[in-house]
Amino acid sequence: MTGGTWQHAPDFYAGDRPQVVTSRFQYEDSYTLERYLATDGYKGLRSALARPANEIHDEVRSATVLGRGGAGFPAGNKWGLMPQGVWPRYLVVNGDESEPGTYKDRLLMERDPHQLIEGCLIASYAAGLSQCFLYIRGEMALAQERIATALNEAYAAGYIGKNILGSKFSLDIVLHWGAGAYVVGEETALIESLEGNRGMPRLKPPYFPAANGLYGQPTIVNNVETLANLPWLLNNGAAAYTAIGTATSPGTRMVAVSGHVNRPGVFEIINGITTFRDLLYGDEFCQGIRNGNDLKAFVPGGGSAPWFTPDQLDLPFEASQVGPAGSMLGSGAIMVMDSTTDIPRAALTLTRFYAHESCGKCTPCREGGTWLERILSRVVDGKGTDADLDQIFEVGESICPGAFPHASNEKLGIAAVPFPYRMNTICFVGPSAYAPVHSALTLFRSEFDARIVKRTMIKVTAVSE
Amino acid sequence: MARLTEENVRLAREIIGRYPKARSATIPLLHLAQEQDGYVTNEAMSHIGELVGASSAEVFGTASFYEMFKFEPVGKYLINICGTMSCALMGAEELMHHAEERLGIKMGSTTADGKFTLERAECQAACTEAPCLQVNYRYRYRVTPDQLDTLIDDLSAGTLSSEIPAHGVVASVRQHIPADRGVGAVAPELVTENPVWLDGKAAL
Repeated sequence: MTGGTWQHAPDFYAGDRPQVVTSRFQYEDSYTLERYLATDGYKGLRSALARPANEIHDEVRSATVLGRGGAGFPAGNKWGLMPQGVWPRYLVVNGDESEPGTYKDRLLMERDPHQLIEGCLIASYAAGLSQCFLYIRGEMALAQERIATALNEAYAAGYIGKNILGSKFSLDIVLHWGAGAYVVGEETALIESLEGNRGMPRLKPPYFPAANGLYGQPTIVNNVETLANLPWLLNNGAAAYTAIGTATSPGTRMVAVSGHVNRPGVFEIINGITTFRDLLYGDEFCQGIRNGNDLKAFVPGGGSAPWFTPDQLDLPFEASQVGPAGSMLGSGAIMVMDSTTDIPRAALTLTRFYAHESCGKCTPCREGGTWLERILSRVVDGKGTDADLDQIFEVGESICPGAFPHASNEKLGIAAVPFPYRMNTICFVGPSAYAPVHSALTLFRSEFDARIVKRTMIKVTAVSE
Repeated sequence: MARLTEENVRLAREIIGRYPKARSATIPLLHLAQEQDGYVTNEAMSHIGELVGASSAEVFGTASFYEMFKFEPVGKYLINICGTMSCALMGAEELMHHAEERLGIKMGSTTADGKFTLERAECQAACTEAPCLQVNYRYRYRVTPDQLDTLIDDLSAGTLSSEIPAHGVVASVRQHIPADRGVGAVAPELVTENPVWLDGKAAL
């Protein structure tokens, strides 16, 4: 790569942990077909094709490969939701990664594109999918180049296309790329965009595109990281996969930790057991908060997730524990705020993001997100009033009726409100605009109060004659 | 400048051929148009409409949803500075102010010589490398104000032109499916049977 000497490569730290999806990151030429073939590449595909497709589906189902896009739905079960006897079925790969704080899929696409391609082939074989579309975020130029090159290599070498490896399995993989819209990461919006339309989520039901997706056909939408797990799974078997992590969260997952830590980076961690304390303070991970400062708060699962404070540090990467604690693991992105952080301003950067990215289809999100952004800007600029703070909750209620999830806090004496929330919108963009400001205002109210303009009543006396 | 060139029409037809329905090629073709002219012209949108079977209004309807498509000329170098949380926590605001002062323009505008456009961007998926920016979608990580100055000097001097193409080109490598290897796209209504490998037996 060219560029100035100051150019810094993204930090990935392998550590001494199992590597299911990042095993090739150590090589300079990790993205080439040559390197891929030298490191067990396309072996998983070969062993899959040597068995009937339904057996491969069962293997993936028994490994409980949780979806890594945010919702955590097991891939094997998702494939099973497709109606019987309806053809063709499609695979759409969600590489439109844009959740604030997240960037695992980009590294997987840039550094090991063949692994993703092999994952697509295995999934399509197992679930009987006739064509695969790899939807990559528009702004990721390098990822697009690496995948295009890998696809060209793999077609030429007979790994994609007609009669793959001389078998009766045939599949085209088409590189498709977006043009900048966060909401397209929502699976029905992704399909709309792939059909050539504005990327707006579809009305639900149907809840899953597995029933009715691309061109109205059964469609599987899987995240990049989810599919990248499959080659290893086929090479090593479901038993080896579930031996890593816990029964409910097997395998590994990639997380990116950014913000005020000594060593921000991307890590492949053991699912289910690694705690936030390990990640933020562990020697093999982020090595503590910068400048020896205290931790103030952190976002545990991408910008959409309600915030945690040091009270929640000992929670593991396990959805069944993080949910009741008031947040979600989402897309594996942790953003860390130290004691110097201006909390209302930090919340504004996220609320502004979601307000900006609203597609405009649902009124509570389109109007509510913008209102939240405007009110919060006013407060941050020192021009807010007490009524503004009340109004934030009121607007939030119109997006998400009822109690909104948040963490417990011992000092404030508040108990957690568990995940998930109720919502008046089709997708999660609206609630996501509310989550940061709701967390900030609930857990750090005094910082908002300090910004509020205090008006003193002026006594008006009627002038008497 | 306007409609797609002959060479681009050939490319457009190749791209359209990969999809079961032509309209799916709309966004890739809009990128092609932007690559050709630096921005998406009205004429190009009508032409794309003809190619995929949509009205020019429908093509514009799609195009206007997406941030990367520009409908008027922008600078040769589009500098997107990320302002979302991790970058904001690590000094993005300062970097934006510095860029505005250095180039003498506000966020969202273009220098008089047509060389640079500045934009505030949302999360660019490089959060551990904050604050980050992209020049025509090529990353620069952990950027200090001094490094931003150097970058602008280098871009002005043309020393980065081999790495960073002019605005419009995103990826410099294209997918190409060889005719003898591709399966070919089939309209969904023409498929009525299960794929041949779903016969309960191994494919190999």
